Amino acid sequence: MNITRRHLLLLLPAAALAWEHVLAGTPEAAPNYQMSQHWWGMLIDIPKCIGCGNCVRACQAENDVPDGYFRTWVERYHVADWGLENPDVDSPDGGKHGFPPAREAGGKNFFVPKLCNHCADSPCTQVCPVGATFISPDGVVLIDKKYCLGCRYCVQACPYGCRFINPKTETAEKCTLCYHRITKGLTTACCENCPTGARQLADLKNPSDPIHEFLKTHTVQVLKPHMATYAKVYYNGLDGSVR
Amino acid sequence: MPGVEGFMYPNEVELQWSVLIVLYPFLTGLVAGAFILASLERVFRVQEVKPTYRLALLTALAFLLVAPLPLQLHLGHPERSLEMYLTPHRTSAMAMFGFVYLWYLMAVLILEIWLDYRRDIVLMAQSRSGWRRWVYRAMSLGSSNISERSLQIDERVGWLITVIGIPSAFLLHGYVGFIFGSIKANPWWSSPMMPVVFLFSAMVSGIALVLLLYMLTAWMRRQTIDMRCVDTVARYLFYAFILDFSLEMLDLVHRIYESDESFRSLDFMVHTRLYLSHIVVQIMFGTIAPIALLALTQVLNLSETIRKRLYTVAGGLTLMGIFAMRWNVVIGGQLFSKSFLGYTTYKMGLVAREGLLTAIVLTVLPFGLLWVLVKLLPPWQESQGQRVPDEVMASQA
Repeated sequence: MNITRRHLLLLLPAAALAWEHVLAGTPEAAPNYQMSQHWWGMLIDIPKCIGCGNCVRACQAENDVPDGYFRTWVERYHVADWGLENPDVDSPDGGKHGFPPAREAGGKNFFVPKLCNHCADSPCTQVCPVGATFISPDGVVLIDKKYCLGCRYCVQACPYGCRFINPKTETAEKCTLCYHRITKGLTTACCENCPTGARQLADLKNPSDPIHEFLKTHTVQVLKPHMATYAKVYYNGLDGSVR
Repeated sequence: MPGVEGFMYPNEVELQWSVLIVLYPFLTGLVAGAFILASLERVFRVQEVKPTYRLALLTALAFLLVAPLPLQLHLGHPERSLEMYLTPHRTSAMAMFGFVYLWYLMAVLILEIWLDYRRDIVLMAQSRSGWRRWVYRAMSLGSSNISERSLQIDERVGWLITVIGIPSAFLLHGYVGFIFGSIKANPWWSSPMMPVVFLFSAMVSGIALVLLLYMLTAWMRRQTIDMRCVDTVARYLFYAFILDFSLEMLDLVHRIYESDESFRSLDFMVHTRLYLSHIVVQIMFGTIAPIALLALTQVLNLSETIRKRLYTVAGGLTLMGIFAMRWNVVIGGQLFSKSFLGYTTYKMGLVAREGLLTAIVLTVLPFGLLWVLVKLLPPWQESQGQRVPDEVMASQA
């Protein structure tokens, strides 16, 4: 093909413009991973959680989460015998360093780990003005940091308080379900570091994933089901007092 | 944790939307209200309010130009804000608002002002000299035809634009309400009433502002105030305020009677952290007091001087009340936890990007812009009033 000087002058700016998009569309190296084959969620087995804070620390180390902000955290509930609607809840520093002894005797105490619920119908995705937050084809709610305006509308729209603005990047941030790990066949940092197996990554599209057996044999619930967000973090043994 | 009472989700302690986001609906509301007042004369032929027509349009423009600034200053990445127009996310209320704003600015307000002033602009381009001549020539956009027929066409097109402008102004501010009202995660905001309440409060604040500005500018120009005009504007303010207050009370009564899961938490907040700004400033001083003052002017046969003073006080209280309403919506909606188990505190910085000083500058800026606009496009028709002798001015002051 003969390219004249005129053609070259026309092609060069177009190629320069296109190059950025070529680079932007390059997926991370995960050659065997097929997004269409997965639908990620998580199982939290509340009776197994001991409130050690390992998951919070692991998440912070893995994802470089700034101090004072949380992609995952653990809440401790104290529910008096007559106080289902008024639980006493604390989460000192997100439960990162465990919990001091319970303040009140009697009633019941239990721990509730929290993280982004990766809702299939997520309000945060709906409100983002530029589509910087989106649901990946494998069901993970992600944020494009290079695109986020930092308008904080998504933080307001999340019913679970899972989002924050990273003070370094000035963009929205939250749990990515360790997407950089799970697309390489690993589990999330929090699940890997949970000493009791209270947190388990679940692939709902994988028929051999133990989640299916668990869901058949246990009574599970999601947080704030009335919000109709189709959350994919399933809680076993979730008490009615949990918000 | 300091400033926190009860339990907040750990990421909730810090407020996301600051005083600048309080300013944004406040400024936008003034725009919508001022435009609706202007349309009273243009579309509904309420001749009494004619002296405020051009001033209302210029006020709307000055405030509309400043309205996006608090948003820009608030963004973590303001340099990316253009992406809202280039790659908008169609399900986002905020993204679509960008287009509503542009439509209102470019297709309604600027066009209407240009058509209304075209004759004056052409005449000034011919009569002025120096740089002013070039400014007016540029503003005339190369159109110097001011024949009778041409002005008739301007009038007709201007009327049509105002007709389109009324629903556009409704849309502009109703949409601001929708940005808050559509957040189901936040029970303080989530309400189908929100756009309607925002709209009526916008009308109230815009009318009050133009009323005050008209009286102030007349006083500064030493012109007599057209009492027929201010009485009529005040009457519309009174009607709009009653509607606005009724809608807000309907929302409140509904919330109290329904008492859903969030009620106890919100009720506690209103009686503690929001008591001063909500009960005292917004409802008592910012709503009931101005409505009562305006009612007095409707039922009693008061002298001109007293009426003017009452209108001034009522207008000032109204603006304060509507600002408090925006504050209570935006800040109040972030003071409680979505777990309904705790409360946080808003600490406003003084000299910070989103601090008090910035808010003051952004509040004053539209008045500065209005001053420039008034100099450039004088809204006065000298036949409207008579010059007041100096000694009378001195006695009034």
